[in-house]
Amino acid sequence: MIQVSNLSFSYYGSERAVLNKINISVKKGEIVLIVGHSGSGKSTLLRAINGLIPHQHGGEYSGEVIVDGMKVSESSMSNLATKVGYIFQNPENQIFMFSVERDIAFGLENLGVAQEEMRERVDWALELLQIKHLALRAPHELSDGQKQRVAIAGVIAMKPKILILDEPTSLLDPFTAKTLVELVKNLRSTLGITVLIVEHRLDLVAKICDRIVVMDKGGIVLSGSPKEVLSDPNVSVHGVTEPTIVKLAKSLSLGGSNIPVDPEELRDSLGQIRTNRVS
Amino acid sequence: METVSIEESYDQIVSFENVDYSHPNGTIALRNISFQLKPGELLAILGSNGAGKTTLVRHINGLLKATHGTVKVFGKDAKLSTAAKLSRKVGIVFQNPNNQLFEQSVKKEIQFALRNFGFMEALIEERTNWALKTFSLAEYADRPPMELSGGEKKRLCVALVLAWDPEILILDEPTVGQDSEQKENLVQIVKLLLSQKKTVILVTHDIEFVWPLQPRVILMSNGEIVADGECQETLSNESLMSKGSVLPPQLVEFSRLMGWSLPFPASTFEAKSLIEKATTRTRM
Repeated sequence: MIQVSNLSFSYYGSERAVLNKINISVKKGEIVLIVGHSGSGKSTLLRAINGLIPHQHGGEYSGEVIVDGMKVSESSMSNLATKVGYIFQNPENQIFMFSVERDIAFGLENLGVAQEEMRERVDWALELLQIKHLALRAPHELSDGQKQRVAIAGVIAMKPKILILDEPTSLLDPFTAKTLVELVKNLRSTLGITVLIVEHRLDLVAKICDRIVVMDKGGIVLSGSPKEVLSDPNVSVHGVTEPTIVKLAKSLSLGGSNIPVDPEELRDSLGQIRTNRVS
Repeated sequence: METVSIEESYDQIVSFENVDYSHPNGTIALRNISFQLKPGELLAILGSNGAGKTTLVRHINGLLKATHGTVKVFGKDAKLSTAAKLSRKVGIVFQNPNNQLFEQSVKKEIQFALRNFGFMEALIEERTNWALKTFSLAEYADRPPMELSGGEKKRLCVALVLAWDPEILILDEPTVGQDSEQKENLVQIVKLLLSQKKTVILVTHDIEFVWPLQPRVILMSNGEIVADGECQETLSNESLMSKGSVLPPQLVEFSRLMGWSLPFPASTFEAKSLIEKATTRTRM
């Protein structure tokens, strides 16, 4: 679904390469979590996939990004918008209409979708995000979690193949964040959509992702299943906040390829040790 | 002329007495808020989005004035002071760094408030360099703040507020966008400030950041305080936590699964020694 080959990029006026020879391919329906230090190039990579780079942010660009068979550097932003949906960290940046349903329809209007189909798609997105009851409300009156859902509905209505979320839970309380993470997981299973998430809260997201990609200084330094990546002894050196349980497991030398990543798994593997010792 | 020195005039550095606050449009944001804070205390305010946490702390530096009730800061009614005056001693790092940044370079951004508060040039230089170094921002000194990443901007905001050395530091969501190193750095800074008898208030959703610091905890919901107490008791009380839309820290969840009793381990180090003790016992 996404193929990034040898991608390097630096912004105009800056000598520092924000992305340095990136290679990554993402399969259809995969949920990939991208983590790393602030300033490691995570958001820049996302922008290179949705086309903001090179179309909106100019700079030194080399290599190739292919999204659903389309070469990003040679496709128009409007074509890309039908493939890649992008959710900003702050939903305020993308909702601005007078009512929730108008907001969700906005992107479709821009694409020139026919009136009837537009109605259908808006209703479908409202339903999917469980915000039907908010359809006629003014977006600015909503809570942050609700705004986040409206922003996602607006993007989902365009039926993208790829959903990109840039630190989606950073403004949300833990309850709301957990619900959002569950929702993303459900969107993947119902729509088969491919998901890229940049997020620091691994305790929440590690559970739903298929792969974790760790970036450092514009390059990819680690990539693998959540357990593979979290068991790497150097993962925190690259700015990844290890879940507390992972840290504890490592300090108890339980850090192998089957590293416990949540409290229940850790209790179970401790139980295992005890049984082994007794027998 | 004021003759009473600030140090002698109060026992409580912050005091809220029956404070209500309504937004200009009439929405009630805070209801009957009462609590006191001693100098040198560490307080974490937790609760769901829209519970009133940010509104509450904005009363402490005079950005908002109570509709009913009294907020006293350094023993004086905050209504009688201005945000400009209070800010010298009450530093707030806002949730959204874009509200706080406007200069042309990172360095100038840090110098701005210092100059406003009338610091001497030599001291401005010294404090700026300290802030740049402590928050790993030296390499960005001459870059425009708006070019920094979200996490870097947030870090800059913490750096510039700490540069003027306020007595009370309020951090609104300080860990957003911060990597593990920067979070650890923040923990160390908070500990350093507490050792200097500064008062620190954390407004955050990041329970994993809060737990090892073991602060006093206030849980808020719908503009009200639903709990105010010790970290151990509050964050292990499921019904209080769900009222405040807070999920338990992983070490609390794990301690419960292990059937441990309070106090639960505050760090992975403490948890490790508890486990080791238990396994040695099993072996014997």
